[in-house]
Amino acid sequence: MGNGMSAISLKNLDVSYGDTRVVEGVSLEIAEGECFGLVGESGSGKSTVLRAITGLAPDWEGEIDLFGQPRDKSIDKRFAALCQMVFQDPYGSLHPRQTVDATLSEPLAIHGIKDADRRVPEMMEACGLDPRFRFRLPHQLSGGQRQRVAIARALMLKPKILLLDEPTSALDVSVQAEILNLLKRLRREQGLTYVIVTHDLPVVSFLCDRLAVMRQGRIVEVADVAALKTNTMKDPYSRELVEKSTTRITA
Amino acid sequence: MSEPLLDVQNLRVRFPTATGPVEVVRGVSFTLGRERLGIVGESGSGKSMTGRSILRLIRKPGEVTADRLRFDGKDLLSISEREMRKVRGARISMVMQDPKFSLNPVMTVGEQIGEALAVHEKLPRRQIRERVLTMLEAVQIRDPERVFGLYPHEVSGGMGQRVMIAMMLIPEPAILIADEPTSALDVSVQGEVLKIIDELITRNGMGLIFISHDLHLVSQFCDRILVMYRGEVVEQCAASELDKASHPYTRGLLASVPQLNETRELLPVLDRSQWETA
Amino acid sequence: MSMTTRDWLLTESPSSRMQARLGRSYRVLLALLRNPLAVIGAVIIIALVVLAIFAPWFATHSPYSGQLTNRLQPPSAEFWLGTDELGRDIWSRIVYGARITLMIVLLVAAIAAPLGLVIGAVSGYFGGWTDRILMGITDVFLSMPKLILALAFVAALGPGIENAVIAIAITSWPAYARIARAETLTFRNSEFIAAIRLQGASAMRVILRHILPLCSSSVIIRVTLDMAGIILTAAGLGFLGLGAQPPLPEWGAMISRGRAFILDQWWVATMPGFAIIIVSLGFCFLGDGLRDVLDPKSGGKQ
Repeated sequence: MGNGMSAISLKNLDVSYGDTRVVEGVSLEIAEGECFGLVGESGSGKSTVLRAITGLAPDWEGEIDLFGQPRDKSIDKRFAALCQMVFQDPYGSLHPRQTVDATLSEPLAIHGIKDADRRVPEMMEACGLDPRFRFRLPHQLSGGQRQRVAIARALMLKPKILLLDEPTSALDVSVQAEILNLLKRLRREQGLTYVIVTHDLPVVSFLCDRLAVMRQGRIVEVADVAALKTNTMKDPYSRELVEKSTTRITA
Repeated sequence: MSEPLLDVQNLRVRFPTATGPVEVVRGVSFTLGRERLGIVGESGSGKSMTGRSILRLIRKPGEVTADRLRFDGKDLLSISEREMRKVRGARISMVMQDPKFSLNPVMTVGEQIGEALAVHEKLPRRQIRERVLTMLEAVQIRDPERVFGLYPHEVSGGMGQRVMIAMMLIPEPAILIADEPTSALDVSVQGEVLKIIDELITRNGMGLIFISHDLHLVSQFCDRILVMYRGEVVEQCAASELDKASHPYTRGLLASVPQLNETRELLPVLDRSQWETA
Repeated sequence: MSMTTRDWLLTESPSSRMQARLGRSYRVLLALLRNPLAVIGAVIIIALVVLAIFAPWFATHSPYSGQLTNRLQPPSAEFWLGTDELGRDIWSRIVYGARITLMIVLLVAAIAAPLGLVIGAVSGYFGGWTDRILMGITDVFLSMPKLILALAFVAALGPGIENAVIAIAITSWPAYARIARAETLTFRNSEFIAAIRLQGASAMRVILRHILPLCSSSVIIRVTLDMAGIILTAAGLGFLGLGAQPPLPEWGAMISRGRAFILDQWWVATMPGFAIIIVSLGFCFLGDGLRDVLDPKSGGKQ
């Protein structure tokens, strides 16, 4: 592995929901500062990998290491400060009765960090949120603004790893562009490691360095994003996926 | 093209709010022949409201007005609700985004498709069953006999949407309004579903209104495109000439989509002040 | 001036936590005022509260002592609602009785609602064995008729108003636990709860700060609607002689005493009966109004 330690290292990861095994034998090494894309169709288990890393899908076997530290199945404060997640649906991932201020202060309160009045406006600014939104409720914000709040919340504890589960698929294309730009800038500014799950290959092409194609719970291929751009992926299924995303109507 | 199937002039949809009425569709005009018309726009552009208002599906207190909303020699805004029911489903049908919410969970798939037929045409049961099975085959469901007896929760998303399409097309309507029919589906399934819609439309010589947020998808699939923004049509062009679009909104939208071989460091963001007049 | 206060309250972009909170309450209030039934209900409840607080000013006579020479007088200018068999003024007794009714209602709500909320939320959030055990207990309580169960408790604890309150509270929490559990189940797997768990929040914190506020509006609505039932149960216990003891002017007990004269002196039993009906209706109206305003499921977006 050389001298550089992996930010995330998965070895032979199996994840089950009840009796059904959703992810089988997944092994990945994701370097610090890298942006890694996990692509596949729905049911391929790509989101489940993220949920296993976070502990939201605790029924897994194998090994998950974050910066060389083996991960257990609980969600504790140390893990929370290291790794955060942004969810797909900006309408479902914010507490409907809490203002932006309450949502962003909560992680600080949990970790006993005092200066919320300085940090909340700072983070809002970093995520491109107008300070006037601070005391608004989610229903007073647009989808894009909500997703900015969700990203800001994930970054409040200054994590090193950000897991992104289809962060733009519920948004309009013009808003998607804004959020993708924001994610790119935040990664550069804060030296974050991203793992992004998406079905949208152009998003991977824009944001990622490497990608893994998943199918029915297994990794089919790990490739450089250059292979995606030039359509020179090795596995036939990967190529089929690329093909379908360029010409959707095979009439 | 002869007499258009549908002629819409100056369509407006208004909703009263605490701070006065809000117009969500502001003077939309278009005609539809036996063709595939795409209506593209982002959320809040009024594209879905336009589709729904044609079938008078806007709920109170919403209010629909138009200088003209003609279909089949009838003015859809002035006919009685009873006559409207004969149009809805039988002559103009609509496919919605998510089959999960549009199918009745306690009726089998076959019964539901047959229901559409039984309401509009009085046919003996056996004949209905046969027509349903043929229709299921037409939407490329491999073993129609088995699917006929399944309940909606037992079918996958892609199959559910095919069932919806079968249900909407079995009375052989003149116009199909498809509101984001594939947005809830996987890319691979999307293609198949679109292909089915396309084949059935062409075969029956129907008109299609395809409502979507996806400019590229619409440009590949439709003959003509209307781009809507804030309740108005800002661009109208042939699908093949989308790359020559003139309105800055359309051009901005096209540019903001990432490409498969993306090389840009940042994506261009829409500058709405460019065309919005306060 | 009033215009600017209104604008300050209704602004889309409040500039402080305080302003945001006041603005939200003001919106709820405005929505309530738009609902005529809710306004009627609120007026009745406010009247009840005012009567209870200022009972000595509203009462025309002493509620406890009367003159036997005036016994069983029909309603008149002197005795607005007549007198009872001991010559006590019924209006004054009803006014003082409002205190007892209000106390019962508040105590029951203060005991039963939080108990039900916490049990329901814990049960729904953890699921599994916790859920099975807690809901088993809840079902045992739910399976018995309220009044009979309350009767049994009062019989065990001894008659008296405090014991009646405890008995009613014990019999009414299971309904709230069921509601809170059902609501919790709908949020438990939602992304915003997952996001809060990922911030490292303890289960306790998730339940208390994030789940309970979401269940509370349904429970508040249900409690308000149940108030009528609580008043009736309290009156029932009073009627059976197991609630408030004489000479306390509890409405149910008053009806019970008036029963003996119901054919000839109808007002003795009827007047407190009216009081119970009006207050029960008031709570029902208010509860319906609250449901329209607070319940997210009724689709009434404000």
